[in-house]
Formats: sequence, C-alpha cells, structure tokens
Amino acid sequence: MSVTHDARIQVRAAVPTAQRPIVHGWPDINNPAAWIVAAILLIMPLIANGFFLIEIFATTLILGTIALSLMFLAGYAGMVSLMQLTIAGFAAYMVAVFGVSGNANISLGWPWWLAVPMALTLATIFGTLGGALAVRTEGIYTIMITLAIGAAFYYFTNQNWAIFNGHTGINNVSTPHFWGVDWRWDIPFYYVVLAVAAICYFAVDYISRAPFGLALQGVRDNPRRMAALGFNVNAHRVAAYAVASFIAGLAGVLQVWNYRQISPGSVSVGACIDILIIAVVGGITRPIGPYIGALVFVLLRTFALDFLVKIGLDGNRFRLLIGLGFLAIVFWSSDGVIGLWQRWRQSQRPRSDRPGGGRGHG
Amino acid sequence: MTRFVERHPAWALIVIIAIAVALWLIFAVWPPGIEEAIGRKRVFLNALFNGITLGGLYFLVASGFTLIFGLMRNVNLAHGSLYLFGGYVGYAVSASTGSWILAFIVAFILTALVGVLLQVLVFRRMEGQDLRQTMVTIGLSIVFADLMLWACGGDFYQIQTPTWLIGPIDLPLLTAVKSSGEPVYLRYPLVRLVIFLASVIIGIAMWLALNRTRIGMIIRAGVDDRDILAATGVRIQIVFVLVFALGAGLAGIAGVVGGTFQSLSPGEDIRFLLASLVVVIVGGMGSIPGAALGALIIGLAEQLGSVYIPTYAIVVTFLIMVLVLALRPQGLLARR
Repeated sequence: MSVTHDARIQVRAAVPTAQRPIVHGWPDINNPAAWIVAAILLIMPLIANGFFLIEIFATTLILGTIALSLMFLAGYAGMVSLMQLTIAGFAAYMVAVFGVSGNANISLGWPWWLAVPMALTLATIFGTLGGALAVRTEGIYTIMITLAIGAAFYYFTNQNWAIFNGHTGINNVSTPHFWGVDWRWDIPFYYVVLAVAAICYFAVDYISRAPFGLALQGVRDNPRRMAALGFNVNAHRVAAYAVASFIAGLAGVLQVWNYRQISPGSVSVGACIDILIIAVVGGITRPIGPYIGALVFVLLRTFALDFLVKIGLDGNRFRLLIGLGFLAIVFWSSDGVIGLWQRWRQSQRPRSDRPGGGRGHG
Repeated sequence: MTRFVERHPAWALIVIIAIAVALWLIFAVWPPGIEEAIGRKRVFLNALFNGITLGGLYFLVASGFTLIFGLMRNVNLAHGSLYLFGGYVGYAVSASTGSWILAFIVAFILTALVGVLLQVLVFRRMEGQDLRQTMVTIGLSIVFADLMLWACGGDFYQIQTPTWLIGPIDLPLLTAVKSSGEPVYLRYPLVRLVIFLASVIIGIAMWLALNRTRIGMIIRAGVDDRDILAATGVRIQIVFVLVFALGAGLAGIAGVVGGTFQSLSPGEDIRFLLASLVVVIVGGMGSIPGAALGALIIGLAEQLGSVYIPTYAIVVTFLIMVLVLALRPQGLLARR
C-alpha cells in the first residue's frame, strides 16, 4: 500500500504554521469576528425573509453540516469519503420509513422522537460499516470505494420499491409538532438547524483538540509511527467514520424535514460530489470551511441562473460555473477560500500575528 | 497453475466444479426439471453472452483507466468523460460519413489528443499530489459533462451499426430440441460478437505490447519504480504522454462501441466511470489481466443479475466488490 503514503492531504502548504499551544479554551472566544457572525446568525429571522432564511441560510447550514462530516474525515483523519451525502440520505430515508409520510404502505408511522434516534443509529451503523470497508485501503482508493458505495446506494434506491419506493421516493414526510409549535415553520426550523449546526461545529472543534482527535491527526500524519506507539490505527479510523456518520445523519434528518420528501435524486452521484466540492472550496483544514463553502455553493446555485442570463449567457450553464470555480480553487489554493483569505490577511499584515491561524491541528 | 492447485487444493476443486457446471449449463440440453427451476436455456445463454460482451466493453474502458493508474498513479476520474466524448465524436463521424471504421479512428485520435492535453497541462503540473489530481479530474469531469450537454443536448444517440454487421447469426449452441427432434440453435446479434472479439484482440495486443516489446518493458519498469527508470536515462515524460494517450484513446474507442450497442446520453460518463472503478477495484489496480477478469465478472454479474434477480442486480455487483475488498483488498490479480 505504498501508493498511499504520498496521498496525504497537502493542506498545510499554504499556511506556514504558527505553532501555538494546542490546548486552550474555546478558540473563537477572543475573536470579535466570530461573535459578530454568531450574533448575525442569531438575529437572522429579523433581517431575512422566509425565502432567504430557508432557501439560503438553512440550506447552507444543512449542506455545510454534511460537508463538515467530510471535513472531519479529510482534514483530521486524511480520508476523503464521498459517501457522506449517502449516509445523510440514508438517515433521511430512515426518518421517512420509520416516521409518518404520505406513503402509508411504506412508513411505519412512528412518532418523530422514536424515528429520529432510530434513523441516526442506523445511519451511524451504515456509515461505520462503510468506513470499516473503506479503511481496508488508503488514500485515493478510499475515494473510489466510497464513491462506489454512494453509487450503489443510489442505484439501489432507484430499484428497490419495498423500502425506498423506487425512483419516486417518499413524499409528504411529516415534521415534528410539539409544545404548540410546528417546527417546520420557517423561524423555528431555522433555529433548529442553527442549533444542530452549531453543536456539530463545536463538537468537531472540540474533538480536534481532544485526545481522540489528536491521535487521529497523528494517524493521518504517520500511521506507522502511531501503530508503533501502540495506537490501533484502524480502530481510530473506523471511530472517525462513526463520528462523521452521526454528524452526516443529523444533517440528513434536517434535510428530509426541510424538503419534506426524499428521492434517489437527492443521493445521486452528482450530489455526493457536490459535498466534496463544498468542503474543498471552503477549505478542509478547519470546521468553518465547509460552511463557507456551502454558502458559496448555495448562493451560486440559487443566483447563477439569473446572473448568467443578466450578462447575456445561457442560464443553464450553472454547473459549468461551479466546475470552473472548483478547478480554480483546486489549482490555486489547496486550502479553499479560507486559504485565500488567510493569504490575503498575511499580505496585508506581514509581521503581526494572525488570529486563529493554523491552530489546533498540528 | 499447478502451484495454485498444490497450494489451495480446496479452492482448486471448487473452481473446477464451477467450471464443469458452467460448461454443462452452456452445452447440454437442459432437462425439464432445471427449466422449471431457473427458466429457459435461451434466456440464460442470452444473459451469459450479454454479460460477456458487456464485460468486453467494460474491459476497453477499464484497461485505459488501469494502465494510466498503474504507470502514473493518476486516478483519472475524468475517464468517463473521455468515454462519452469518444462516443459523441464517433456518432458525429459515422452520421456524417456513414463509416463505422472511420468513427473508431477519429474517436481514438481525438480522445488521445484530449488525453495528451490533460497529461501535459494538468497532471504534469501536480506530479505526486494524488489527491489534488483526483480533485482536479473531478472538476474537469463536471466541466466536460456540462460542455458536452451544451454541445449535444440531453438526447439519446445511437451509432448506426454498419449493414454488414446487422442481424443475428446462429451459434453452434443448442438451446432446446423441438418435439420433432430438430435442434434449435442460439441466435445472437453478430455485432456484439464482433465487438467482443475486437476487445479480446485489443486486450491480447496490449498484453503482447507490454510483455514482448521494448516500450512495454519501459512501461512495466515505470510501474515498478519510475524514479529509477528516469535515472537510467529513459525520457519518462514522453512515456507518460504516450501511455496517457493510449489509455484515453481506448476510452474513446469504448465510447464508439458503447454508442453502437447501447446508447449515448448525459450520465453515461458517470456510469462508465463507476463501472471501471468497480472493475479495477475487483481486478486489481494497475493490472491489465486484472481489468479483464474484473470486467468479465462485473459484466456477467450485471447481466445475469438483471435476468434472475432484477431488483437487486446492482447489489450483486456491489457485494462482489465488498467480498473482494474483505478477502483481498488489493484486488484479485494485483501483485501486492
């Protein structure tokens, strides 16, 4: 398996690492920009109308959380998994199958507080099994195997009518109502999504500094040495898949509540690759990257058509735009938008310390 | 062969029994009991032949993929796009000139050129950065897919089979015996057999070129250790370009083949990319015989699966991949 030793992610080339103590409190607590972003996100319902709140920001947070699970695997464990969307889609399907939906012959009609834990458990098991398969190989093989798993799941949902209802999918999935609130109303739903995204973000941030996360980064950088030190390399990798699957599963539950339906189209190969694009465009060295990438992606997806038509081009060339943007990012910045931003900051202030730069994954 | 039998007698016995059963299923006239259990022999033979010919097509796509990976460690995820591009070029040529053979030649040359451009403009710039190369090829495949959708639209195209290949022929394989005692032979489309034969010839030619010629020797040496090879004075970049051109050209030829006996449409690029991924994972990355074996297994599994267990055909393919990964993660015929 010597192929893969040089396949590790070349993430730190762009950022000359300013070594800081790894263990310090919440890293963003001193950063005014983080407080401002948090405040804006909290009062968003006052600023934005329903369309922006759900179609842009909630969608961004959901996609960002799926991409966060990929970032966790790729950035801290060095495994690029293309099946994160598949796991999210699996969780979404399970919510639809165990919960209440328009397809009464398939759905079991459990209340949401039973269906959701069930879906999360199954999605975590599914992702862990897939991960156990993927860790038998390394590097670029991981990409191929996880892509194959994602594709197999897509074709399977297309062909299976007993559980996944074929290519029509499952529609009218019911969303939770309790305490007198319909949690799929725009504002409550936005807060639910925001809360889940925040929890996932801080959880990943915490794990990256916890002993498990540090061991994982050691495994990423030199598996042989970690094995010699007595760490079980494969167990750490599978555990990383389990954590990432749980995060992806959470996002999947939110996704099915958002659209109220799930069909094979949402777990297609193209959608799996979109998640990779989101994570790479945002940057896979820090948990904030996937959310930035998701915002860029969602904005492009929503407005590229109008924009292209306005400058006199064919509006259907949205994917071309995405692909070219992705190529440009991969060509010029190995650390996505964050990398570009940091380089810009550095060129502005060549000698001062950079807040938050190169922290926590040394 | 004898070493394999000596080392794994149980496996050898199982393989021999399986081959015997398969031969009996192919050549014997089925007794009514079996026909009741698994359907008519004609259906079985058709699925078998479809599987083998599909395997031939998969081999054409996957051999280029595995050749490029074996020498340069480039995972070219734009390989499916090259396949579709070759198919569209072949369609354009055969529709305008009416020549099927010319379609192959032009498709080979044009996709080989695209391959050369890819190697020179993209891969050479980021040598040794596997992950970045992979991501770039993903980006390229998105761009190519959209450009082709722009140029060719979302319609289905099928390349016209030349007249001298149209129509079925009788194969000397019994499917049944009529009550009058007259034997019924299998009728099978000629074009599929010709294409399969061509892919076998290409496979053997590749094997010969790799194992019996000087350039093949250089390529094999490059697979083993390209740094030492470069140090001995071989101009390795030229070898890289040649191999990339050949691998891409094979994908282009496969596109014409696929356009003839299936159809061309957006989405086929991903389908064939995945097929070649699974084929090389099963067969072993970088191994041409592995690609042949993997292509045969996957082609047969897909076709037999879609006849006998239609709902779960894709799962069978996937299970084969899982099984291979669990037992032999490097693939069936890989050396390491």
